[in-house]
Amino acid sequence: MISVSVKNISKLYGAVKAVDDVSFNVQQGELFGLIGPDGAGKTSLFRILTTLLLADHGTASVNGLDVVKDYRAIRNKIGYMPGRFSLYQDLTVNENLSFFAAIFGTSIEENYALIRDIYEQIKPFGNRRAGKLSGGMKQKLALCCALIHKPEVLFLDEPTTGVDVVSRKEFWEMLARLKEQQITIVVSTPYMDEARRCDRIALMQAGKIMSVETPERIIHNFPKPVYAVGATDLYGLLKELRVDPAVESCYAFGEYLHLTVLAATTSEQSIHSIVQKYQPKNLVIKEITPTIEDSFIRLMNEQNANAENDGE
Amino acid sequence: MQKTMENKAIICRELTKEFGDFKAVDRISFEVNQGEIFGFLGANGAGKTTAMRILCGLSYPSSGEATVAGFDVYKQQEQIKKNIGYMSQKFSLYDNLTTLENIEFYGGVYGLSRPEIKERSAQLVHTLGLEKEVKKLVGDLPLGWKQKLAFSVAIFHRPKIVFLDEPTGGVDPITRRQFWDMIYEAAASGITVFVTTHYMDEAEYCHRISVMVDGRVEAIDSPANLKARFHTDSMDEVFYQLARGAKRTAD
Repeated sequence: MISVSVKNISKLYGAVKAVDDVSFNVQQGELFGLIGPDGAGKTSLFRILTTLLLADHGTASVNGLDVVKDYRAIRNKIGYMPGRFSLYQDLTVNENLSFFAAIFGTSIEENYALIRDIYEQIKPFGNRRAGKLSGGMKQKLALCCALIHKPEVLFLDEPTTGVDVVSRKEFWEMLARLKEQQITIVVSTPYMDEARRCDRIALMQAGKIMSVETPERIIHNFPKPVYAVGATDLYGLLKELRVDPAVESCYAFGEYLHLTVLAATTSEQSIHSIVQKYQPKNLVIKEITPTIEDSFIRLMNEQNANAENDGE
Repeated sequence: MQKTMENKAIICRELTKEFGDFKAVDRISFEVNQGEIFGFLGANGAGKTTAMRILCGLSYPSSGEATVAGFDVYKQQEQIKKNIGYMSQKFSLYDNLTTLENIEFYGGVYGLSRPEIKERSAQLVHTLGLEKEVKKLVGDLPLGWKQKLAFSVAIFHRPKIVFLDEPTGGVDPITRRQFWDMIYEAAASGITVFVTTHYMDEAEYCHRISVMVDGRVEAIDSPANLKARFHTDSMDEVFYQLARGAKRTAD
């Protein structure tokens, strides 16, 4: 069953196309990721789906309800955690929770099972004002508040931005447990490494969706072998390889460069002969499985090239 | 100042900052070499921001010693401010000034002469390829350009050290890498780079990194040595092993 349906949605702010003819479906119980940097259009899309913003073109529905006509009914069925912390800073943790429960006509007790895992971590701070919580705790409280009325669909806008690796990992584990309860989750993130935790992802850039697939498929669809190249002076080598005529693309990825070449057939030996020209010290070359970020960069370059062609 | 300390951009000895009975920074000691790219990592609430504020001359420590660019954090805050650059994720550019006005404004604040400002801003606009945008309001520039401009402005007065507080948050993967090109170029020109980030691949681009947990520096080394020490090939795992025992993430 389709839970979230987006058809040809566009949103303009003046001349800027924040969302540009976007379409996708999310299945019920699916953990669906919108992956992209600031300005990709993720937040506008969330605001359209949560009935807080009207699209200029296109239609969208959540569990069969239209985001324009049925906005009241939708609001009772969804939970929304905006990117910016938007709970009441001068209410305590418990007061915030009670408030959100009350406005949805429920109580903390009624759906306690759903929030228990998360709530227990913030329970010791129940009487602390929300504004005095750390980033990680605020995030957990916001998630509790978004879940308090047992929503059918959960919209989470960049819940892990600015959060450290440990808290990010914990947050995704919480999402995995919520998914087991058949809640549909649409989550956005600028961190490409989080993409593989989703069932399917949409890679977004400049208002457009570049690809919608499972993370495995996106990686599988990468059209060329990718080689990791390591050396002592990595930045020096990067500068050389970027302008080498045999090289198609070369980007830094942590301790290695990720390299693709123009030639149709390649091997570690052929890569070696290209790189060896620059006599790098402690050279390491190995073929690797590309990452989501490799795919994102490739799709982004294709998008930019298309935009330039259209402009001419 | 001893001669051996001359090539150190930052020296911290037992640096501590207490708020009441809470030790936000708890006896941290480390040195940063001149021209080094130093990654300052830590969990949320570990004390990074507090330590950074002291090193930027914005806050006094409770105890311990530290010098930044050779200046004392207790007695020479103003000299520190003149000799460092600072950029945070929330850019300190003025949206309602043009690109050129922003550059000139910062040049003026840091006391550069008119001819210096004129020459350097022309050079900067050329390097960034912003010729068409000099008269545009900064508020209308795309995020990636704003970020590059913010960094360029932070090093416009050629400081000895530049502090970058999560400079690449939210930008696309290509722009993020272009930004690191700029960091490398700055370091190659002799500027020491002190940078915080939540991207672990960026930690790998640093010459050395430190990891703060609960106010303490728990580890400090090159990325390669840290990975060897924790028997892993990923910085994520190094960070996770160090930070998962943190008590303060719960607060």
